[in-house]
Amino acid sequence: MPSLADRVRAIDAGAMVVGVHFLGTAPVFVLGEEAVLFLSAGGSRRIAIHSGAILASEADGARLVTGGDDGRLVAVDAEGSHRVLAADGAGRWIDQVALGGNGAVAWSAGRVAHVLTAKGDERIFEAPSTVAGLAFAPKGFRVAIAHYNGATLWFPDAPAVPPARLDWKGSHLAVRFSPDGRFLVTAMQEPTLHGWRLADGQSMRMSGYATRVRSLSWTADGKFLATSGAERLVLWPFDGKAGPMGRAPRLVAVGDTHIVMVACHPRRPVAAVGTEDGTVALVRLDDGALIEARAGTASPVSALAWDATGGQLAFGCENGEAGLLSL
Amino acid sequence: MTPPQTDKIPVTVLTGYLGAGKTTLLNRILSERHGKRYAVIVNEFGEIGIDNELVVNADEEVFEMSNGCVCCTVRGDLVRIIDGLMRRKGKFDAIILETTGLADPAPVAQTFFVDDQVGAKTKLDAVVTVVDARWLKDRLKDAPEAKNQIAFADVILINKTDLVTPAEIDALEAGIRGINPYARLHRTERARVDLKEVLDRNAFDLDRILHIEPHFLGTAGHEHDHDRHDGTGHRHHDGDPQREDGGLRHDHDEEMQSMALTIDEPLDPDKFFPWIQDLVAKEGPNILRCKGILSFKEDPRRFVFQGVHMILDGDHQRPWRADEKRDSRIVFIGRNLPKETIRAGFASCVA
Repeated sequence: MPSLADRVRAIDAGAMVVGVHFLGTAPVFVLGEEAVLFLSAGGSRRIAIHSGAILASEADGARLVTGGDDGRLVAVDAEGSHRVLAADGAGRWIDQVALGGNGAVAWSAGRVAHVLTAKGDERIFEAPSTVAGLAFAPKGFRVAIAHYNGATLWFPDAPAVPPARLDWKGSHLAVRFSPDGRFLVTAMQEPTLHGWRLADGQSMRMSGYATRVRSLSWTADGKFLATSGAERLVLWPFDGKAGPMGRAPRLVAVGDTHIVMVACHPRRPVAAVGTEDGTVALVRLDDGALIEARAGTASPVSALAWDATGGQLAFGCENGEAGLLSL
Repeated sequence: MTPPQTDKIPVTVLTGYLGAGKTTLLNRILSERHGKRYAVIVNEFGEIGIDNELVVNADEEVFEMSNGCVCCTVRGDLVRIIDGLMRRKGKFDAIILETTGLADPAPVAQTFFVDDQVGAKTKLDAVVTVVDARWLKDRLKDAPEAKNQIAFADVILINKTDLVTPAEIDALEAGIRGINPYARLHRTERARVDLKEVLDRNAFDLDRILHIEPHFLGTAGHEHDHDRHDGTGHRHHDGDPQREDGGLRHDHDEEMQSMALTIDEPLDPDKFFPWIQDLVAKEGPNILRCKGILSFKEDPRRFVFQGVHMILDGDHQRPWRADEKRDSRIVFIGRNLPKETIRAGFASCVA
């Protein structure tokens, strides 16, 4: 495989990297415990923002929002200043976070999902069981909540409208809307994806995975959902009236190690993948051409993200090794 | 690439009816175990007397897997909690999980078999059940959960022995052995027991399935043979009511039993695996745990397996030694087991 290794700046994050996001053009590495890491000219800057594990992180280019086992929701800006946005009254873990395009933040602790609007209004919804995933719809002020036996669609600003339930037995974890808003997808506890067509609530299963799907990413054109969970990159088609229903996924060979992280390029039909042995590679989706960005050193890749223009790719591993690829 | 067994964080499951002494045992572990750091998962804060840095509140949410099987349940909250705890990996050496009094241990155990991430990072060390010597007799009559907790256990503490007579304790032990002859029993006051009897047991380590012998106090490793040979050379033995062995009783329970089968001839794996998988698929809800050591035809290595309800886990363990008897033994603990069907089925697996 050709290699881009000479364009990668290696970083030692010093702790498990559980997330990576870009604030403007600056990568921010989220560590498993306590802190986030900003890069500086010669090294890095560690900023403590929680007193315990960091369980969830999301960013919208302008701010990074994290949830911790200290029961706090924290926002960090590009300069590294941070403040507590909210705290769970009982100190329960805040383990799900989602950001809406309009400056809204959703988070959850236990069964309770919260939404804080940009104006500072807070709305609360109690799910039937612990909230395991949150996502804002691409249009309209609507939040999808994943829990046991299905998902709920909630309109935080329309309390008179009863939330819609989408049922399917089992534990639903990550939840995502398709970019056109027509489908909702969940990654389940079992090695399978589930989904619903929102127009009519039609259920669909996307299965065949060897392991649980922990990473999902939509292609730049919104037509495919790329996922981890197998040795090959799995791409489910979401174009057309039926989306993936009745269709097989495209499978792109990458190597013989399990893919654990996927991040699609924001503009081009290219996906970055991270594997269980720490390899990071770029895959051209049209023809499956591969370029290695980083040779694995045994520790699984645990975080992977492109910046807004796709000029930089940041990654981190479970053992704290991390890096930044500049194209 | 999963880490070797030795790198995985051990998880001890503490179960037992309300008031039996689980929390006392937990507090003992936390205060006596100097040098070892524990992450503790409890169902209610404030119960722990010792200041322990890593305490997590669980809500014991169980969900059914979507295969429709009623016994295939998983503790979803555990998966999430362990995932969160592993972010602080360097801060603890082991996890203790305390379940509520009415908890069924099966979903907890199954979680470790079923989730690949949990299975990669942690390993189930043992199920330790604490019972209250005063009330166990009544609980066995009115609480199926109490029976489950005993049937599931690797270690059982008969606690509060200072509050009952020796004769009552003997009777209790007989009742317990009738349900689970394979657990190690200890008589305790205020949950006082040598902690190495409770921690680092490796009870679910396939490598530790060295023999399958019922644990009769003072006769550990003693062969339990009922002398029922028939013409085909198969030896079958299981708990007979009120039988004395090594001087100790195990009283037959009507509902929950164990059965142990032995076959001297080598087995055919192409007959055995479909049989056992079919058996646990059909009888899964009734079979709480099973364990086996198998000798396959023309296979120089022992095969060991264990299971919880419908979930089986097995592997080749090591080569048979020249001085070892190459027979196959399996044990089932469950309720309303179809013994004759199981016996006949196992017998049909001979090569």
